[in-house]
Amino acid sequence: MRYSGFRVIAQGLFGNTGWKPAWRDPAPKAEYDAVIIGGGGHGLSTAYYLAKNHGLTNIAVLEKGYLGSGNIGRNTTIVRANYFLPGNSEFYSHSLKLWEGLEADLNYNVMHSQRGLINLFHSDGQRDAFARRGNAMINQGDDAVLLDREGVRELLPYLDFDNTRFPIYGGLLHPRGGTARHDAVAWGYARAVDRRGVDLIQNCEVTGIDIENGRVTGVQTTRGAIRARKVGMVVAGRSGQVAAMAGLRLPIESHILQAFVTEGLKPVIDHVISFGMGHFYISQSDKGGLVFGGDLDFYASYASRGNLPMVEHVMEAGMTLMPMIGRARVLRSWGGIMDMTPDGSPIIDRTPVDGLFIDAGWNYGGFKAVPASGYCMAHLMATGESHPVAARFRLNRFATGHLLDEEGTGSQHNLH
Amino acid sequence: MRIDGKGRIDRTRPVTFRFDGRSYAGYRGDTLASALIANDVRVVGRSFKYHRPRGILTAGPEEPNALVEVVGPANQTPNTRATVQELFEGLVARSQNRWPSLGFDLLEVNDLAAPFLSAGFYYKTFMWPRRFWEGLYEPLIRRAAGLGRLSGKHDEGLYEKAWAHCDLLVIGAGPAGLMAALVAARAGADVILCDESAEPGGRLLADEGMIDGAPAAEWVARVLAELADLPNVRLMRRTTVTGVYDDSTFGALERVGLHRSPRPNLPRECFWRIVAKRSVLAAGALERGIAFQDNDRPGVMMASALATYLNRYGVVPGKRVALFANNDSVRATARSLMAAGVEVAAILDSRPDAPDEPGIVVHKGAVVQRARGRMGLREISFTKDGRAQRLEVECLGLSGGWNPSVHLTCHLNGRPRWSEDLAAFVPMEGAVPGMLVAGAAGGSFSTHGCLASGAEAARASLEALGRAAGAVELPRAEDAPYVIAPLWAVAGKGRAWLDFANDVTVKDVALAAQEGFRSVEHMKRYTTQGMAPDQGKSSNVAALAVLADATGRGIAETGTTTFRPPYTPVSIAAMGAGGRGAGFAPQRFLTSDQASRDRGAPMVEAGLWYRPSYFPKPGETTWREACDREVRMVRESVGVTDVSTLGKIDIQGPDAARFLDLVYTNTFSTLPVGKVRYGLMLREDGHVLDDGTCARLGDQHWLMTTTTAAAGLVMRHLDFVSQAFCAGWQVRFASVTEGWAQFAIAGPKARALVASALGHAPDLPFMGCAPVTVQGVAGRLFRISFSGEEGYELAVPTRYGEALFRDLTARAETMGGGLYGMEALNVLRIEKGFITHAEIHGRITAFDIGMEKMVSAKKDCIGKAAAARPGMTGPARAQLVGLKPLTDSVITAGAHLFAQGVDLVREQSAGYVTSVGYSPTLHSHLALAFLDNGRARHGETVRLVDRLRGVDVLCTVTDPVFHDPKGEKLRA
Amino acid sequence: MRLTCPLCGPRDRREFYYYGAADYLARPAEGAPPEAWDDYLHLRDNPAGVTQDLWYHEQGCCSWLKVTRNTVTHEILAVESVAGADAAEGRA
Repeated sequence: MRYSGFRVIAQGLFGNTGWKPAWRDPAPKAEYDAVIIGGGGHGLSTAYYLAKNHGLTNIAVLEKGYLGSGNIGRNTTIVRANYFLPGNSEFYSHSLKLWEGLEADLNYNVMHSQRGLINLFHSDGQRDAFARRGNAMINQGDDAVLLDREGVRELLPYLDFDNTRFPIYGGLLHPRGGTARHDAVAWGYARAVDRRGVDLIQNCEVTGIDIENGRVTGVQTTRGAIRARKVGMVVAGRSGQVAAMAGLRLPIESHILQAFVTEGLKPVIDHVISFGMGHFYISQSDKGGLVFGGDLDFYASYASRGNLPMVEHVMEAGMTLMPMIGRARVLRSWGGIMDMTPDGSPIIDRTPVDGLFIDAGWNYGGFKAVPASGYCMAHLMATGESHPVAARFRLNRFATGHLLDEEGTGSQHNLH
Repeated sequence: MRIDGKGRIDRTRPVTFRFDGRSYAGYRGDTLASALIANDVRVVGRSFKYHRPRGILTAGPEEPNALVEVVGPANQTPNTRATVQELFEGLVARSQNRWPSLGFDLLEVNDLAAPFLSAGFYYKTFMWPRRFWEGLYEPLIRRAAGLGRLSGKHDEGLYEKAWAHCDLLVIGAGPAGLMAALVAARAGADVILCDESAEPGGRLLADEGMIDGAPAAEWVARVLAELADLPNVRLMRRTTVTGVYDDSTFGALERVGLHRSPRPNLPRECFWRIVAKRSVLAAGALERGIAFQDNDRPGVMMASALATYLNRYGVVPGKRVALFANNDSVRATARSLMAAGVEVAAILDSRPDAPDEPGIVVHKGAVVQRARGRMGLREISFTKDGRAQRLEVECLGLSGGWNPSVHLTCHLNGRPRWSEDLAAFVPMEGAVPGMLVAGAAGGSFSTHGCLASGAEAARASLEALGRAAGAVELPRAEDAPYVIAPLWAVAGKGRAWLDFANDVTVKDVALAAQEGFRSVEHMKRYTTQGMAPDQGKSSNVAALAVLADATGRGIAETGTTTFRPPYTPVSIAAMGAGGRGAGFAPQRFLTSDQASRDRGAPMVEAGLWYRPSYFPKPGETTWREACDREVRMVRESVGVTDVSTLGKIDIQGPDAARFLDLVYTNTFSTLPVGKVRYGLMLREDGHVLDDGTCARLGDQHWLMTTTTAAAGLVMRHLDFVSQAFCAGWQVRFASVTEGWAQFAIAGPKARALVASALGHAPDLPFMGCAPVTVQGVAGRLFRISFSGEEGYELAVPTRYGEALFRDLTARAETMGGGLYGMEALNVLRIEKGFITHAEIHGRITAFDIGMEKMVSAKKDCIGKAAAARPGMTGPARAQLVGLKPLTDSVITAGAHLFAQGVDLVREQSAGYVTSVGYSPTLHSHLALAFLDNGRARHGETVRLVDRLRGVDVLCTVTDPVFHDPKGEKLRA
Repeated sequence: MRLTCPLCGPRDRREFYYYGAADYLARPAEGAPPEAWDDYLHLRDNPAGVTQDLWYHEQGCCSWLKVTRNTVTHEILAVESVAGADAAEGRA
């Protein structure tokens, strides 16, 4: 069933009784050509591009909970392509281009809003580092504008320009950066995948990965064994546990990242603002809530919840930067589980087990990567070769020293 | 309507307030909601999506409808619950989410368009044409959505944060909480009792119940009096425990000043961090509604709220009332209303076997089908035995049963358990370590049950604390069983509201299920049920019951969504108290700070420090003029600058040298006493951590210097290496950064200046160090240079720093020298090719900066193995070079480098610029940069392109050392 | 979250700096093969359950601590001084 404004009106006139399920609820088959473990954003988009770009539709996505129950539904919804290291630049640039066509592609309004993202800087040194980044973005074919203090004031007059602890020197504006409605991305992909005949199997937890003579042959699940010659592990947040089923040890430590949303407010923040000195970033959702977050809680955790020190730090950062938000009330806080890698960049690669592929290590930048991650993972699973824009996301790059460390903080998992 | 003789308000203290521009009267003790009810104001807000007129639904923080803006003299607070906001003289409140007025709201047109605005409609449309999203659709949606408004002005209000510690935290001061606190307090435990209300007592103040044969309020007063006399009890009124965190740490918000007219120095709110050894949750229960057509009309209210308004505030929202329930709890309310002279038209009880109620018409097996009265309830229609009837009423009290307030037990991921008996979720035992649940929060709904479970929770907590509870006699109170027949929604046509706040109806939930959103989390996210400011406090259970019905599953199987902190919303300002302005991070000041400011130096942030940017002289109009002058001064005469921000670590012990050999790439154990060596430190992953000098002050005594940025990092690193890998080594170290003020003296006349300050010529070779006496003060002198000139650094204990700084400045000036700031320091070091963290930015190896030979082959060091990985060296890596523009052009750091003639695309970018400065010495702009295979490319011409700033300049690649490459001046 | 420092007693989490898994204690010997270093620096068991990791009492006694902890419940099971009890006392 195709969605459109016309359809909404037509259905509305007849009591909305004609809407069909967005996806089927099939029982798992005994065998597929390929199985994707993980029905989050990345897993669903992998399935989508396997079907769309490579014609592979006899596949299943196995989800232990409900579709989109992981980080796709608990992030701060930021979509951007403002990386500067070769390897990341081309990948996120590709992802942003996919975002820009996503609604038409999926026939689903994911509310991708290119409202502009501003990274503030607070010293000459930071300005130069952002200039390097901005130039990299332009060289990549994306957009960037270096704003001085007055340029920032024009866009964000409500910041504290007079008393904040770290004076605002300016900002790097990424006009095509913005936000999207996170759940809708999962649902949009899920519906599109289902429409191409892929089986989405919820409440189906993978309990084992079958390997014979160094080659994957299928998976064991809570809903029975499923045979497959190709298996993709796309389970950021739980990568370690799933990889362990195949006897793999990953360069990943899991951490908690908290995020916050306030009660609904009339429009007051029109951009995405990132305050590096305070590890604080904020935007306002279309519903009116201020959506914001900070840094990791910093200790390894699978708890999906955090503690007060980081909560308070984030609020303090908000108060020093934009004290006008003081009277907004935080409605809800939550925590996502982040696959943190030693260089802050992801992994899309083959594994030492034939036919077993991995897409993991998204640190806390996975949301914006959803389209390109699936696109490249699908390419890898279908062809056996890395897609050119994801060619550097290798599993062994830590062993070889070919790192992609945007933060420059080194091989400490929680520092990226 | 106000009822004479009822309520706990202070009728001797009238209060005037304004709502939507009109002036009204109330009393001290009223909430804004009770005062509005007293004044017969029925519509107080508009709903989120359909902009339907809404009245007051509850009497507590769970209120979904009555959200207003409270307008103060300086600022406004949106989304304030009228049901929580206490009345004070001069309070000004304004309705929100309506235009142009509450009575006439243009967006009410949405209500007519409701068939097209069903759950998730926006995911199916607004997609074409694509650019219309940001330009048209989204701005319209954003404006229509949202609730209250922030002013956009800085919040200048005062907020505080505080810590508290106790043996036992009791959350909620109703019957269970009071009893728990009393038992624990009598046993001598340190008790904190938090209650969200202005007046403790909970339901005992709202129901006309009896304890020990007297009105319950008397018992409350006695208990409070006893607790007030005990020094080990802290009663925190107006304090909501908002979150549970690990190891029995709680967040709590105290409304310190929100209930009174603003006054100076009175904080608005205080956010508490309470660390409790044990806790008792006695948060009570929240009443839930029943969905039927147009059940959101103003005048439809929770039955318990009716009782609260009557008994606590002496108001009722209508002269003629009906009650609609599936349980017995409305009976007492009906009796109270009757006794107060309010006409109770009927009790509509959905249970066919409901008991009779003397003096009141009880329609058994009856369900309300519809409410009528857009701006205020006029009439309800109901069916009984298949027959439709109508009833004219102004108010309808609803009770669909009670939901224990399990929220806090879920904050550590505990899942509540479904109780068929109570038709409600109850807390999972042990969900929060150290927490016991008492009273209605645990499903004990009778007063006796509350008192008994409160006493028992206290006793068990005391036992865990190793204290004995004294004998406690339980007061006598009613112990009626809770009898309920679940009823979530009345079947019928039209829209029946579940979530008033987000306008989610039974149809929306059913539609979600129809479209495959069958998981409770899918339903919530698709319909937005429970995502409004009330977080679904009164709608969650009903919504998932409807979902369970639609999907043919039981409620237990359907499960709940997750409750997360905060329990009720907390202002950013309260949790961020102290962060305003400079409060966000510590400020570190040099001993020379004031002296530098006295000379007009702009002080700039360097990490947490403030350092002088330059020292302007009369007639200079730009920083460049001052900077150029200061650079020339150092090159030609002598300059003084404060370098105390550099980290200083004092290292001692027989194994100190061995330790330094492990943490530095180069060897230190061979360094003679009285000498200084430049050292390079790697992270264990092989990248450069820091660089700096280390002086051997004595055979077993060293002083390590770090960069300003890495001082803390290096200290932590040394502690780790020492404690993890050097067991048994005799080495100890301490940061002495704050202990010493240190000044660099550089230039051809540096030696003369030092001689003048010391009273004798310094007899130090290059890279020498020695103890000195500076005008009677024991200090240290190092002959090191970051400028390329002959240089010294003179250190004295911090308390002498300012005096020495002023003294050195004066002496320098008589010699034609003077002070130089960060700008000049930067140019001087660029001229000399010295690196800072602009170059060693975390991705840099010793190879990249041409220092791979400093990684000693003869010994192990931290980072050596990882630095040997194939990707860490080789021509593919960018290497440190100098750049000199071919023409006299400004160049910028952050620019990228390209070979001549290639396209300006990422694939061709061959490097980037890290530092730039204008060299008055060489009369040229200079840059340090990293260029692919750069060391092999000296003499090449490259294109430096900064597209952000419109710079495109051809540069010659050079060695990074531009000035005095042989170092003759240093060693002079 | 609170950790009981062997020297300082129970303290709030904000006094501590977290480094990573206790694997960082097992530094390979000089000359160990590259795989040993990859293991040491990068690869982690990363268990959902009991783990051991390293914390630094940065705003206290500057002890490095090996903490035994549950990553799912955040329960703290044990806190030991990395340098060993004797060394910890020696520093105090």
